[in-house]
Amino acid sequence: MSNSTNYFNPEDLKKFGNITAFQEAMGKKFFDWYGEVFKEGALTAREKSLIALAVAHTVQCPYCIDAYSTDCLAKGADEEQMMEAVHVAAAIKGGATLVYGVQMMNHVKDQSM
Amino acid sequence: MAIKQIGKSLKARENQLSNTFYQLQVLNGKEATESKFPSFTEKVKAIGLFPLKPSGIEIFQLNIGKLCNQTCAHCHVDAGPDRKEENMGKKELEQCLEIIAAVPSIHTVDITGGAPEMNPHFRWFVQECRKLNKKVIDRCNLTIIVANPKFNDLPQFLAEHKVEVVSSLPAISKLRTDSQRGDGVFEDSIKALQMLNEVGYGKDDSGLILNLVHNPQGAYLPGGQAELEAEFKRQLKRKFNIVFNNLFAITNLPISRFLEYLLASGNYESYMEKLLEAYNPSTVKSLMCRNTISVSWDGYLYDCDFNQMLDLKVATKSSNHISNFDIEQLNKRDIILNQHCYGCTAGAGSSCGGEIS
Repeated sequence: MSNSTNYFNPEDLKKFGNITAFQEAMGKKFFDWYGEVFKEGALTAREKSLIALAVAHTVQCPYCIDAYSTDCLAKGADEEQMMEAVHVAAAIKGGATLVYGVQMMNHVKDQSM
Repeated sequence: MAIKQIGKSLKARENQLSNTFYQLQVLNGKEATESKFPSFTEKVKAIGLFPLKPSGIEIFQLNIGKLCNQTCAHCHVDAGPDRKEENMGKKELEQCLEIIAAVPSIHTVDITGGAPEMNPHFRWFVQECRKLNKKVIDRCNLTIIVANPKFNDLPQFLAEHKVEVVSSLPAISKLRTDSQRGDGVFEDSIKALQMLNEVGYGKDDSGLILNLVHNPQGAYLPGGQAELEAEFKRQLKRKFNIVFNNLFAITNLPISRFLEYLLASGNYESYMEKLLEAYNPSTVKSLMCRNTISVSWDGYLYDCDFNQMLDLKVATKSSNHISNFDIEQLNKRDIILNQHCYGCTAGAGSSCGGEIS
């Protein structure tokens, strides 16, 4: 039984691989696929790590933010690049909210004289 | 511009980590931490390579002094401007030359420090090694080239003698470089690289090799060397019109001032865990201690520069100094292993020449 009183425990990140204990086949497929995704391909491993860092912020995953902050540094990214990646994520999130403003405006027009 | 030093050496501060016995106690879980990590020696036994033996001495690496114009936060030598006493004298350098001349398997003389160029005998020693037709490597911190007018002609001197230059540039970021090496280091390093390029270093067909060293600026392991090299080449060319040959990604070993940083920042145990998780047994056969002998400023012999800084002399007591150098005995010696060796076997492995597998 877990004695944790917190929903987020940084030590849990080290246990991520243990998810296969409850469903081995799916877990294994996930980790194989995950490993393949982050290999250098048309995008460099550093570019993929910066994308992961940005996405980690939009999904607000503290485990992913810890993991990909370190990974970005290891792959040679610097603070400026990492913060730009977070701004890209924030801009899309902000834009995604604001673009609904058009819907709001359409509705206001429909409902107004 | 003048470099603003991060601090003083452990020795000048009388920090207990300047005691190598204390460092070894920390690494073996007897001081400063309750965690004891699995023995590196046991790992080597498990793959049948214990005792680890040399493959033959090819590289003669000399640490000719701890004097340096920088006091980098991660320095495993504990070098700095305050280390004025530990510098190799001409008599010892002459003894080294006799060995280099007498042992045909030695093809490379690798000169490090401190800032080795600050040793008054540096240029003479380089010239003598080149007369013996040995490849010479200068592990240059770059900023020494612009630190004082008397060093401004180093690029010409090194080029004239076809010395391979291996230089530290941890990041293409002023913030990240200066936080590790001192304020002003990044700008001076860029100037020095441009001066090296001007005399032909790093340029195709010049025959003048300029390699850079990247090491992490904190408690993490380096990423893939090839990709880091591509990024360094792209950014240095784009921002500063600088070219170089190869990038060596080197892991920081948990000793000396980097160990101090790990303990002070609370990262020691997690860093050791990272090294252990990344342990790659396939790197052991290619570790640099198998083809290198490391010589200290006072002439003692070590399996590598890291063992030197932990004062772990070679196991051959009757041949542990340049005055009693015996190649046959040394080629049969058992290499001394300890917990810091995990730093050379993590991931793709790490050596003075970067990745090893």
